[in-house]
Amino acid sequence: MTAPVSPTKVRGETVLSVDNVVKHFPISRGVLFQKQIGAVKAVDRVSFELRRGETLGVVGESGCGKSTLARLLMRLETPTSGRATLEGKDLFKASGSELRRLRRNMQMVMQDPYTSLNPRMTVGDIIGEPFEIHPDAAPKGSKRKRVQELLDVVGLNPEHVNRYPHQFSGGQRQRIGIARALALRPEVIVCDEPVSALDVSIQAQVINLLEQLQDEFGLSYIFIAHDLSVVRHISDRVAVMYLGKIVEIGTEEEIYERATHPYTQALLSAVPVPDPDAREDRTIIRLTGDVPSPADPPSGCRFRTRCWKAQEVCAIQEPHTVLRAADPHPSACHFAEVRPGA
Amino acid sequence: MTQSAVRPTPASPTPPGGHLLEVRDLHVEFRTTEGVARVINGVSYHLDAGETLAVLGESGSGKSVTAQAIMGILDTPPAHVRSGQILYQGRDLLTQSEEQRRQVRGKEIAMIFQDALSALNPVFPVGWQIGETLRQREGMSRANARRRAVELMDLVKIPAAAKRLGDYPHQFSGGMRQRVMIAMALALDPKVLIADEPTTALDVTVQAQIMDLLADLRRDLNMAMILITHDLGVVAGVADRIAVMYAGRIVEHADVRSLYRAPAHPYTKGLLESIPRLDVRGQALSTIKGLPPNLMRIPSGCPFHPRCPYVQQVCVDVVPHDLVLGDGRTSACHFAQEVRDDSAR
Repeated sequence: MTAPVSPTKVRGETVLSVDNVVKHFPISRGVLFQKQIGAVKAVDRVSFELRRGETLGVVGESGCGKSTLARLLMRLETPTSGRATLEGKDLFKASGSELRRLRRNMQMVMQDPYTSLNPRMTVGDIIGEPFEIHPDAAPKGSKRKRVQELLDVVGLNPEHVNRYPHQFSGGQRQRIGIARALALRPEVIVCDEPVSALDVSIQAQVINLLEQLQDEFGLSYIFIAHDLSVVRHISDRVAVMYLGKIVEIGTEEEIYERATHPYTQALLSAVPVPDPDAREDRTIIRLTGDVPSPADPPSGCRFRTRCWKAQEVCAIQEPHTVLRAADPHPSACHFAEVRPGA
Repeated sequence: MTQSAVRPTPASPTPPGGHLLEVRDLHVEFRTTEGVARVINGVSYHLDAGETLAVLGESGSGKSVTAQAIMGILDTPPAHVRSGQILYQGRDLLTQSEEQRRQVRGKEIAMIFQDALSALNPVFPVGWQIGETLRQREGMSRANARRRAVELMDLVKIPAAAKRLGDYPHQFSGGMRQRVMIAMALALDPKVLIADEPTTALDVTVQAQIMDLLADLRRDLNMAMILITHDLGVVAGVADRIAVMYAGRIVEHADVRSLYRAPAHPYTKGLLESIPRLDVRGQALSTIKGLPPNLMRIPSGCPFHPRCPYVQQVCVDVVPHDLVLGDGRTSACHFAQEVRDDSAR
């Protein structure tokens, strides 16, 4: 892997822009004459931009739509509506050879390193498979050498190219998944919970590897995770999702130090801090109840059923993710303000 | 590997009449076709009424197997308890008959599991499942068992308990399912509750609710609790004492505050340094190099030595004993004092 970032590619320019993307999964009834009786609004009008060399963290609880968002961006799901452009090309309209070209620029690292690698293929075949699909990515005869280089880059022994996934530990398998994602030298890597299946001591190794690769190859990451501490550590900017919507988005510091949306504040306060002394200074916001069903979200603001600030207006008018007076970053709350003393 | 002498258990002095629950020098191995995996290698800990002991470790450290040995629910074979004692109120559970152990299980010591969806039976309503223990063990009538099930569901704060009695597990959210399992565990009013990763499958806001509930119940019912977890954050909030496990041993045992302030074992120190902190902004995370050992081939001497930054020749040759560091702390490291002094800096 030489000359990773070509001089024409400037850090900080927009690589991927996502505009009002919607994904509704229909709920239907009936066997022969199916009729749609509703929809699970998994992702609802989500917009953001990803810049070159940056990491956008996406956090939220299970069912908030963060993984559906990842699958939409990889074109593993077809969006209901909306637009996304990768390097100026429309991601959702592309098909055939154009889509294949676009996919080279966007790769994914999956959550579970035990099920995302084919147990019947050797590591060499797994990492080399992208070259079968895109023969022009590696000159003839150089495939094996490229695979070994990739193994070396992610910190595995290049001689293990003929081993099978079961001969590796969880952390090593995740490295194989990362090597596979790197094979085509993509611009963007979508990491869907890449470390949540790993033990703490191994987690740190994989996070450090991802950061080091980003510096080396100028990668942009979309880093999806439910662990807020991990997301803070790795992200430049953070988007917080609740029931299919981005409720707050900003720089890592804006979100973690000056969050203005009540949901973000509650989420942050609920994270257990591994320090018995620091815990006493924190007041924890206790949310009651569970996340409502995305098939039947509350009217107006979706968070209002669990929110301690909810007023009448919250049930009537949906707050948009726009700049609020409280702090210069977008937040979707009528009563956005920085939590005093937090 | 084999120290025949029983290690002293640290922390609080033995109360008159002995500890409520005490594990002494437990050895468990799994005999598989590929060889013998030494899963537990001399674990000792104890628990007194009303206190919470956290057992912390990564996957394969033996924290769940120890709990299963206490409950008597190890899969035998392949598991085999080689030696050791598990004393409950002074009686050794390991020498008791299955019928005697059944009397202890549930009524004296109860357990909740990580994954409530697979721990509950999908084809019976939750009210029936909570009541099952009461009908079987207490000989309660169906009507009485139902009534008691509603009380238990109220106790664990499931809203509209009477209406939800007939619902099936899949109709509950993850947090509510975990509450159902807690209600089942509390049915016979146990004195010890073993919680095996009770919040690992849950989201943070729900996790906070469940941990609060467990803390409330423990206080109100004066139960003792063993909390098994890999999450250093969860432990800091609820436990009185922590036992850190690695490769089937307890490597460090201390009260929560001193452990977090100044860990005295290189493994604990490495773990604390390798987690990203929400309240601290950092550079690259420090890591523990290498991988946890294969339990069929545990390294000689100290099992942590291939990954340890403090390693010396003595670590390769000699198994470290628990070093008592004063204020009831112990650490199974030849350089425990040094490690603690480094951490305190």
